[in-house]
Amino acid sequence: MSSSSAASTASSPLRKTPLNAAHRQLGAKMVDFGGWDMPVEYSGLIAEHMAVRTRVGLFDVSHMGEIQLRGPEALDAVQLVSMNDASKLSEGQAQYSALLTPEGTFVDDILVYKFSPNDYLLVVNAGTQIKDFSWIKKHTQRFHCHVSDYSNYYSQFAIQGPRALEVLKKLTSVNLEAIKNYRSVWGQVCGLHNTLISRTGYTGEDGFEIYVPSDEATSTRVWNEILEAGREFDILPCGLGARNTLRLEASMPLYGHEITEETNVLEAGLGRFCKLEKTAFLGQEALLKLQQEGGPRRQLIGLEMTERGIGRDGYPVCTVEGEEIGIVTSGSPAPFLKKNIALAYVPLAYSQLDTELAVKIRGQNVRARVVNQPFYRRPKQQS
Amino acid sequence: MAYPTSYRYTREHEWIQIDGIVGSIGITNYAQDSLGDIVFVDAPKVGDSVEAGKVFGSVESVKAVSDLYSPVSGMVTAVNEELVTAPEKINKAAHDAWIIKVQMTKPAEADSLLSAEDYEKFISEETGD
Repeated sequence: MSSSSAASTASSPLRKTPLNAAHRQLGAKMVDFGGWDMPVEYSGLIAEHMAVRTRVGLFDVSHMGEIQLRGPEALDAVQLVSMNDASKLSEGQAQYSALLTPEGTFVDDILVYKFSPNDYLLVVNAGTQIKDFSWIKKHTQRFHCHVSDYSNYYSQFAIQGPRALEVLKKLTSVNLEAIKNYRSVWGQVCGLHNTLISRTGYTGEDGFEIYVPSDEATSTRVWNEILEAGREFDILPCGLGARNTLRLEASMPLYGHEITEETNVLEAGLGRFCKLEKTAFLGQEALLKLQQEGGPRRQLIGLEMTERGIGRDGYPVCTVEGEEIGIVTSGSPAPFLKKNIALAYVPLAYSQLDTELAVKIRGQNVRARVVNQPFYRRPKQQS
Repeated sequence: MAYPTSYRYTREHEWIQIDGIVGSIGITNYAQDSLGDIVFVDAPKVGDSVEAGKVFGSVESVKAVSDLYSPVSGMVTAVNEELVTAPEKINKAAHDAWIIKVQMTKPAEADSLLSAEDYEKFISEETGD
């Protein structure tokens, strides 16, 4: 048997979140994720995935980065580097966005929060945090705005699933029901007076992300209190394995896969988060030009395997006759849907719904079909 | 976890249980633990040949694919059909979940495989425990 999953071959020591000892104590299998020593699973990927879909799961996402922009020209700075329109944000509101290169391709995908007219928080991916911070500083030099990296000051936990609210409710007197999707408030959680509570997540379920001080004692205490509060709902700690299968079922892109410095906003299907009509921003010109020229030549589509086999990251996508025409960016079994699914780039001609294609799996052409996205949408809340 | 002393093992984490000239082949508990939840087994058909040290199929978990290397040469006489619908049986009891049975053409090949003791030593060196 040979294993093709990443093993730790650190030449420099791996970075650790404050929860590292807690993960090891819970028996987590650890993996090198972008230079971080992170839990990939605890009790089992499928069990963790199903916990989030049917009950509640807890993720340590402290490796993600937090970059704050403050000053009288903070909005101008954000508007230059971020493709979405931050001027539309109300206080406490968050929006999905991206930092773009002048070519209209991705430096990173981000969440932008507005705390006040002169105060914005950008939450960025772990593996790109250093790159993003340099990028933002470099391009916003002329603005009267401070760009500060707070990544080391915050631990971030994601409580996700239909019972997430009930769990967090036991740890705070903040009115969680009143926090709408993609809104945030500051409030008291686990006795800490200064916690950011955000109704956001990367799983396709309802849930909250909370930001607490990153000292090991506080972070570990909060982590344990969440697990304790969730015990009656059979909460599970969940690792990066389940995080990936959950976001894939929900058709959410992952930087380095669907979105890279070589992929543009329009072919990634993220145009609705890119406000080409707003004031000048990095990447705008290139994307307007691309639009004028008739749009992208290829499209990110969702595939469902129709024959037995799993189309995985990097596998070629072919016509049914076997001609290679595209590539899988993310592919995996979907534990909740009980299908094998993939996101892939194919030329426009092959991107129509129900198009029959194939994925080349270790030399064999295995049939797949273009399907609607998202693969999974959570059931509407009963009010 | 005890590794059955009547089995022989490979450095690629397969086990073989030999009964006369027929060997039952599976993957070890160490292997299933590393892979995680197994979702798919790609096995050869009855009548196919296998060769010692060569790939004869694969086992897939949610997150990874692993090639299977045959411990011995011979002909496939049986394939475990249960693993088509319930591949998780490998996670639950790796040393009971045989994948194929092989009629060995060179039974002496089994002599160069690892004993349970050697295999346990090998994996403790691999993990650094």
